[in-house]
Amino acid sequence: MYITNASRGLPRHRSRHLGERYSRWAARALVAALVISLMWLVLAFHLNGQWMFALLFLVLGASLAVVFTRRSLMSHRYIFPALAGLGVFVIFPLLYTIGISFSNYSSENLLSEERVRAQLMSRSYQEEGAAFSFALHREGDLVRLYLEAEASSELDEAMAGQRRFVTSPLNLANEEARTIGVQPVEAPPQAEPLAMREVITARGTLQALTLVTPEGVELRMAGMRSFAPMLDRYEARDDGSLYDRRDDRLLTADQETGFFVTDDGERLTPGWPVAVGLDNYTRIFTDPDIRGPFLQIFVWTFVFAGLTVAFTLAVGFVLATLLQWDQLRGKAIYRTLLILPYAVPAFISILIFKGMFNQNHGEINLILENLFGISPSWFTDPALARSMLLIVNTWLGYPYMLLLCMGLIQSIPRDLYEASAVDGGGPLTNLFRITLPLILKPLTPLLIAAFAFNFNNFVLIALLTGGSPDILGASTPAGTTDLLVSYTYRIAFQDAGQNFGLAAAIATLIFLLVVGLSWLNLRLSKVKV
Amino acid sequence: MAMVQPRSIRARKLGAHLALLGFVSLVVFPLLLVISISFREGNFATGSLIPERFSLEHWALAFGIPWERADGSVVQPPFPVLLWLWNSVKVAVVSSLMILALSTTSAYAFARMRFQGKAPILKGMLIFQMFPAVLSLVALYALFDRLGQLVPWLGINTHGALIVASLGAVALHIWTIKGYFESIDGSLEEAAMVDGASTWQAFRHILLPLSVPILMVVFILAFIMSIMEYPMASVLLLDEDKLTLAVGAQQYLAEHNQRWGDFAAAAVLSGLPITAAFLLCQRWIIGGLTAGGVKG
Repeated sequence: MYITNASRGLPRHRSRHLGERYSRWAARALVAALVISLMWLVLAFHLNGQWMFALLFLVLGASLAVVFTRRSLMSHRYIFPALAGLGVFVIFPLLYTIGISFSNYSSENLLSEERVRAQLMSRSYQEEGAAFSFALHREGDLVRLYLEAEASSELDEAMAGQRRFVTSPLNLANEEARTIGVQPVEAPPQAEPLAMREVITARGTLQALTLVTPEGVELRMAGMRSFAPMLDRYEARDDGSLYDRRDDRLLTADQETGFFVTDDGERLTPGWPVAVGLDNYTRIFTDPDIRGPFLQIFVWTFVFAGLTVAFTLAVGFVLATLLQWDQLRGKAIYRTLLILPYAVPAFISILIFKGMFNQNHGEINLILENLFGISPSWFTDPALARSMLLIVNTWLGYPYMLLLCMGLIQSIPRDLYEASAVDGGGPLTNLFRITLPLILKPLTPLLIAAFAFNFNNFVLIALLTGGSPDILGASTPAGTTDLLVSYTYRIAFQDAGQNFGLAAAIATLIFLLVVGLSWLNLRLSKVKV
Repeated sequence: MAMVQPRSIRARKLGAHLALLGFVSLVVFPLLLVISISFREGNFATGSLIPERFSLEHWALAFGIPWERADGSVVQPPFPVLLWLWNSVKVAVVSSLMILALSTTSAYAFARMRFQGKAPILKGMLIFQMFPAVLSLVALYALFDRLGQLVPWLGINTHGALIVASLGAVALHIWTIKGYFESIDGSLEEAAMVDGASTWQAFRHILLPLSVPILMVVFILAFIMSIMEYPMASVLLLDEDKLTLAVGAQQYLAEHNQRWGDFAAAAVLSGLPITAAFLLCQRWIIGGLTAGGVKG
């Protein structure tokens, strides 16, 4: 172990060669360029109002600048890139996830409040009772559209005389969206109106039309017989609330739930994300539709990880003791064949098993059918689906245990077995009195790591069962073979619900568990730094 | 061995061989089956391990060549397998090289230098590495979604995002390389520094050439991990021609349209190179894997 010249207090090495100086300047220019582009990102995110991301890149850029300009942080320059990767793609997403878990961020509460407001303000409605009936009158190759206010109410009747309009001649073949002015007329055009059949043929063109009266009222097609004025549905009030013109009611922004609500509590979607405190966590533990499936999946996750470790260890250990037997021939070939499941990419072997376990065409059921006349439904029966997962995962995972055990058994001193042989100990005595006790201790941290890995074995579940068969009565997507990770993934990314807040809360709980496991692991393995 | 063996030992050896052979056949059966299925005619053909009705249809489709059946109908390849494989390899090579660069420089600092916060940083990295990426996918998706609006090649549905996102997973590699560096005596570098070399020069010209074997191992490990990466690719990539093999392959066995035969050919085609690479380098890979953590 040595220390850099700088930290030893010796004069810093100065390069005498021109080339080295150039490369030093090039390195400085690169760092400067990186800092500048990061600061540009900070500015852009800040202008977009995404302060979390702005902060992330501000911290990144600032630490880059500090580490690469201060001479006392020479050593940190070497670890900075890796730490930056870890920070941006592991730690930041983690903090962000924890942050989301205290909000109601979901597919319903997705946009910011301003965007929601803008979206609502752009909504329009057609006023009932103020509709115009229309007719199409041919004029050469073109067609004039004639509008007449419907005499549905007394008011309209009184005004009917002044409510007749006609457009300039139109080409019905043109289906582009157009805005066209209409002129008041005294009487309908001379020609006979077109038949309903022809109106229906032209409806694409008619639906794309926006007609504007001289007073500036916009009319759009409201049915096969009428055009009606389009009005802005919501009107912003100074106190931040919205007035709903169509239904004549007031909507106030509720910052507790992130929705616009009416006085009697009706919600208007979409909403915006707001902080909801511990709501997501209390839902997990109190809402029966979530607590039931959650607890079931929680228990199954532990059972799955525990049994996987137990099975793979048992198979791997037995095979390892067999392969350590000096007098056995062909060990190299056995070894290579036995670690094959480890060498084949997991996403391929899992899919192979998915095909093999297929109820109707799968090879496994064909064999069972021929031998015993049974054809188990591996994917629809919860217990069978779970056994299938354990079988497949044991196949996938035992080579790792085999390799671990072989390495550990090799490190046991041979003379222990010789002493045992002198004392008349058989193979079983050797196994239980010498081999097992000696490898169990170094194996423990690795077993915990394997447990944590299988606890989060997302790929297996996602590719083999996708979590199905489903748990009945769950309000979120939840399956009997789901692990906590795949459950979280499905809440966040599957189906319409997309409840990111709830998914983040479960993810945070899993993280606490995983931290506990890895802390235990570090304690047991006594990692030396 | 020239010694005369007692009967019981011979019987036990026979038993051990039988048990091992039985187990090996159980293990190898699925793999042989897939090879066999890839040569069978039709998508749901059953039968013995050696195909009775031999056909290259699935293989032609896997290579992207339209196949003309005996009755004259032409079958188009269902999925661009070779493109997926190329995507996977491209992403894996670039991200492994970047991971290698990041973890080598940091491992050097951790192995050879003394600085503040070294022990907590090393341990903290291990703990954070245990947190599966699946759980922070929402955050990663949001990050790349926003980033993509400013830097298009880092957005959703780009390979750039997938490559960059893999840079978080360096802790295990740092530990592996650090262990190797520590096993190399530092006196050579010290001698060079006494003669006026800078820290960087000592690292670049003396330690690195000595560590080529472990760098190879870490590269292969990172490459395999990247090829197998599923959760992140499944969320970040959307278009069919952008998918990596790990995400694309499952489309063969979709709920209502299982192309078992086509899948088999594609699986053998894409799985064989990876398996062969693993077996060829197993001596080094296994050392790295069993020392650090679990295959991911």
